[in-house]
Amino acid sequence: MPQATLLQAIHDTLHEEMARDPRVLVMGEDVGREGGVFRVTEGLIDRFGPDRVIDTPLNEGGIVGMAIGMALNGLRPVVEIEFADFIYPAFDQIVSELAKLRYRSAGLFTAPVVVRAPSGGGIKGGAYHSQSPEAYFIHTAGLTVAMPSTPADAKGLLASAVRGPDPVLLFEPKALYRTVKGEVPEGEHLVPFGKGRIVRPGEDLTLVAWGAMVPVASMAADLAAAEGVRIEVIDPRTLWPLDIALIEESVNRTGRAVVLHEAPRTCGFGAEVSALIQERCFLRLKAPVGRVTGYDTPFPYALEKSYLPDPEKTACAVRAAMEF
Amino acid sequence: MNGLSMIAAMLPDGTVDPANDPGLSDGDLLAVHGKMTLLRALDEKGIALQRSGRIGFYVPSTGQEACAVGAGFRLREGDWLFPSYRDHGLALTRGYPLSTLVAQLFGNRSDATRGRQMPNHWCDRNIHLVSVSSPVATQLPHAVGTAYASKLRGEPVAAITTFGDGGTSTGDFHAAMNFAGVFRTPTVFLCENNQYAISVHVTRQTASKSLAVKAQAYGIPGIRVDGNDVLAVCKVVGDALALARSGGGPTLIEAVTYRMGPHSTSDDPTVYRSEEEVEQWRKGDPIRRYAAFLKKRGLLDDEAEDTAQAEAKEAVRQAVSDAEISPPVPVESLFEDVYEEMPRHLAEQRDGLLSGKG
Ligand SMILES: Cc1ncc(C[n+]2csc(CCOP(=O)(O)OP(=O)(O)O)c2C)c(N)n1
Repeated sequence: MPQATLLQAIHDTLHEEMARDPRVLVMGEDVGREGGVFRVTEGLIDRFGPDRVIDTPLNEGGIVGMAIGMALNGLRPVVEIEFADFIYPAFDQIVSELAKLRYRSAGLFTAPVVVRAPSGGGIKGGAYHSQSPEAYFIHTAGLTVAMPSTPADAKGLLASAVRGPDPVLLFEPKALYRTVKGEVPEGEHLVPFGKGRIVRPGEDLTLVAWGAMVPVASMAADLAAAEGVRIEVIDPRTLWPLDIALIEESVNRTGRAVVLHEAPRTCGFGAEVSALIQERCFLRLKAPVGRVTGYDTPFPYALEKSYLPDPEKTACAVRAAMEF
Repeated sequence: MNGLSMIAAMLPDGTVDPANDPGLSDGDLLAVHGKMTLLRALDEKGIALQRSGRIGFYVPSTGQEACAVGAGFRLREGDWLFPSYRDHGLALTRGYPLSTLVAQLFGNRSDATRGRQMPNHWCDRNIHLVSVSSPVATQLPHAVGTAYASKLRGEPVAAITTFGDGGTSTGDFHAAMNFAGVFRTPTVFLCENNQYAISVHVTRQTASKSLAVKAQAYGIPGIRVDGNDVLAVCKVVGDALALARSGGGPTLIEAVTYRMGPHSTSDDPTVYRSEEEVEQWRKGDPIRRYAAFLKKRGLLDDEAEDTAQAEAKEAVRQAVSDAEISPPVPVESLFEDVYEEMPRHLAEQRDGLLSGKG
């Protein structure tokens, strides 16, 4: 299988989906000639032209709103929000319109819009180029929220989103765009929503992580292995709907769980995962479900390294669970 | 004031169109040149610091100095500043200390805002320079509210906000213009139309014939000015500020200019625009144009110009070396200023981090 970075995998998948289905189009700020500020859409305009690779005016609400109109009239728009931090001007369109169109029309209208947004920290982007806003959208009924951590999953999730019947938000961990390389299946490769993946098996503790925290989880698992603790790392891939069955099965085996995410702790998605685990695995748990997260502060610039979860902080939470 | 014709002041023969003459003294004319030269030197240094890894990021205003300095020169004590990330020149001209500005780039202990934000996110309480954020045009409604408060208290001050052509596409632009019109607030909207929002040309931002003409729909004056003519900018912004301070309400000014450099240090403009286009605009470089004007007037010669450049470079170099030696911000400051008093959960998170337990 060919190797690709996460970024290349997303680029190639957009290319493949646009070639496969003439209804698919890409829109957003700077996605055309520039190829997006991260270059995810580079060259697409040469192949598919400016009617399908659309540089929009600077207005995220307008972008998502227009995409809703396109989608309910037969097109398959894939929207790029330049940074997830700039998704808020589109919050109304996403939460009030995109998420609710199917329900309020009893299925008479649907808007299968894909919203891609680079998210997370690690690039010294400060308060407005680093956020992980997934929880706001998971909280909203009607949305599917996914976050790949490998090139293969990026391809599979994006292709499923483009072909699926409902709106999908794909948060792309920008810190991994060019740092993660992996095999990507050629041809059709669909990762179904709601199916997680065991990144590495283990017997003693279940560590649930997504996006850029998956490599951190793996490093933490290496640290733990040196102390004789075997960690099972699970990447849910789709945050909502969550593959709770996979997590439940794992925690019932290990008896211990830690959830790891970049977003702030309070009402972060880790809180939901933790609640689900304790509801389902209460009698098997040997320790409280731990959380390693960003702090409840705005995302800092100078102190980014202190803010972000890392293998050491994760190892502390693992130790606490093991020694409970 | 139809928002379509372009106002200019500096005439090719070295005279000033009397209708658009800001009436600056010879000393002020030279001071304007000094500020523009300082701004250019600062931007060159900012890029160089980023390229050599000493700061993380920089947004230059190169090519737009006439907007920043011409407008900044007409601001007075008490006025409020809501610039974009590209308008340090406005603040610098109004009195933002170079040392404070440069310290922000380093985000260390010398930074008055404690390393909270990326470079170019300015803030200074003394000159009412309100903390800059990254989301485009969010500051515009703030400039309306601040102006409303000043008006309510009968203070003869104005609020100015600056933004790019891309900013005019946002919902906040519409909201701010509409509110300012309805409440007749003393707000000056200075749109620096530098032709690009990152890679997107202004002709893809709007089908409107100009940006200034949009003011009509909000019932406020809209003025289009040559944004590379520092005296013209000074004149129209000065008039708009005076109108605002005297209860005459808001104005939208579109200053037509050009971003000669990259959008930021993360940008490669060769992807989306030609060298010929840049070269064409470079001929209208606002500093060179102004220097030529001053020379024709007999206020500046080559030697004085060189001296001004050397002094500007030295001032920037000094500010950089002062700021750079400062130590990093303390880790515990991560949890401060979220609220006035630190709530218990943050104190716990702070203690966790400091004790190495996460
Ligand atoms: C709401 C929002 N969307 C997207 C961005 C990303 N972005 C940063 S600057 C920029 C272009 C701004 O162009 P313009 O308003 O013309 O100002 P200029 O940078 O040219 O001064 C974009 C799209 C942002 N900062 N905020």
